[in-house]
Amino acid sequence: MPLSTDDRPRTTIGSWLRDRPRWLERAYRLTHRLFVRLHPLIRRLGYGRVERWLLPGEDLGKKIVFDCRMCGQCILHSTGMTCPMTCPKNLRNGPCGGVRANGHCEVKPEMMCVWVEAYERSQKMATYGDEMMLLQPPVNRRLQGSSAWINMLTGEDKEVPAGWVGIEKIEIGD
Amino acid sequence: MVNSEETSGSRLERVLRAGRFAVTAELDPPDSADPQEVYSAALVLSSVCDGINATDASGAHCHMSSVAICALLTRAGYEPVYQVSCRDRNRIAIQGDLLGAAAMGVRNVLCLTGDDVIVGDQPEAKRVFDFDSIHLLRTAAIMRDRGQFLSGRELTTPPRLFLGAASNPFARPYKWRPLRLAKKVEAGAQFIQTQYCFDVPRFRAFMEQVRDLGLHEKVHILVGVGPLRSERAAEYMRTRVPGVRIPDPVVERLRKTPKKLQREEGKQICIEIIQQVREIEGVAGVHVMAYRQEELVAEIIEEAGLLPRPYQPGVEPPGRQRPRRHPRE
Repeated sequence: MPLSTDDRPRTTIGSWLRDRPRWLERAYRLTHRLFVRLHPLIRRLGYGRVERWLLPGEDLGKKIVFDCRMCGQCILHSTGMTCPMTCPKNLRNGPCGGVRANGHCEVKPEMMCVWVEAYERSQKMATYGDEMMLLQPPVNRRLQGSSAWINMLTGEDKEVPAGWVGIEKIEIGD
Repeated sequence: MVNSEETSGSRLERVLRAGRFAVTAELDPPDSADPQEVYSAALVLSSVCDGINATDASGAHCHMSSVAICALLTRAGYEPVYQVSCRDRNRIAIQGDLLGAAAMGVRNVLCLTGDDVIVGDQPEAKRVFDFDSIHLLRTAAIMRDRGQFLSGRELTTPPRLFLGAASNPFARPYKWRPLRLAKKVEAGAQFIQTQYCFDVPRFRAFMEQVRDLGLHEKVHILVGVGPLRSERAAEYMRTRVPGVRIPDPVVERLRKTPKKLQREEGKQICIEIIQQVREIEGVAGVHVMAYRQEELVAEIIEEAGLLPRPYQPGVEPPGRQRPRRHPRE
C-alpha cells in the first residue's frame, strides 16, 4: 500500500492508551470473545450488512487509538498493540535497518519508529507479547477498507496465497 | 547447517560451506548504458572477492538495474550477488525478475526492504513496499523449494538460489535485531550481509546474542565494512545515510589526522575492523562496501590478509576448468 505522507500529529489519547498495552491487550481479548459469541447472530444478519453498521465505528475507534489504516487484516495484538501499517514502509515483520540513532523513523524523522515502540510495548504484554516472533504473511491488498472484525469471523484475514500455506504458523525461537 | 544440502551451485555458497572466510564486495553501479563500465568495475573486484554485489538503486538513487548488471557479470563468468529491494516493485515484478535472473545464471540473491524514496534524488516517487524483506525471502524460497509462485502456480523449472538477507546490528531496538535475524533465517536466509560495522563492541554484543540463539550455526554472517574517505565523509555518512552508525572515537581519529592522510587512515581503520571482527565466533566473512573508492577494495582485502581467493573469475572450480572468456576485451 503506497502511503500518503500523512503528517498529522499523533493523537494524544491514542498515544496515551498505546503506552498501556496491557489494557489494550485485555480490551482486545474481550472484544474478540464478544465477536466470537455474536458470530451466529452476525452470520444470520449477513456479514455485509453488519459490516456496513460496524465500519464507521471501527474505523473511528481504531483511528483514534491506533492511527489505524484499515488494512482489514488486523495483527495489532501480535505487534505490541502498535499498528504496523503506520510504518511508512508497511513492514509487518519487524523494523528496517534505517532506524535512526534516537530510535526515530528513517522516513519521518519526527516520528518514533513504529517497531521500536512495538518491541517495547510487546515486552510489557502478558498474553500476546511473544507473537512478535510470528512470521506474518504478505498483506492482502484487497481487504483494504473492510472491517477487520468481520474478516476475522469469516476467516478472510487468515487467507494466504496457496504457495504460502503451511508457513504462517511457524514460530521461531524459544 | 540447517540447509544441509547445497542448493544453488553458487561459488559463494561453496566457499562458505567449506568454512573458508568469505569476501564479497559491492560494485559501484554505473549511470550509463555501456556494459563496459560494469566490466571495468568488476575487473577490479573479481580477483579479490568471492561475490560481487549489484545494488538495487541503493539510497533510492537510480543506476543501471541490478538484474542487468548481474546478467552482464554472469556472461563474463563472474559471481554476482543480486540485490532485490521491495521499494520499487510489487510481488508480480519481483517473482518474474527472480526467474529471469536465475535464467541468466545468477545464483545469489540478497533480499532487502530497501531505503525509502525520501533519501534519494527523486523523493516524489511512489513507494511500493508490497512485500517486506521477509516476504521476499520466503517467496524466493517457495519458488526454489516448492517449484511454485507465491500463488501456488507451478514453475516448470525452479530457480536455484542461495538466499541472503541484510541485518543491521547497529540500529535500535538492539535486543530485537538478533530476533529479527532469527525470523529471516526461518524465512529462508542462508547468508547475511550486515550494515557497515564501525562499532565493534556493539557488533560483539549482537553476535553474543546471535550465538545464544544458535543462529551462527544456521546462517553465514558476513560483516559489512568499508573505508571512510575523510572526516567529512564520515560526518556525511553518519548523518545522511540511513542506518549507519559511526562512533565518535572513529570520527575523532580521522579528525586528528592531517587532511592528506585521512584517506589512508580510513583504509587502516577498515583493515583493523576486519581483523577484529574476524576473531569473533560466528563471523563467516566480510562484505566490503567502498562507495566511490573501489580502487581501495583490493588493497584492503590484500592488506587484511584475505588473499588469495579460492576461485578466480571466469574459472570453474578445480576439476571442471574452463578457459576464461570475456564478452568484450
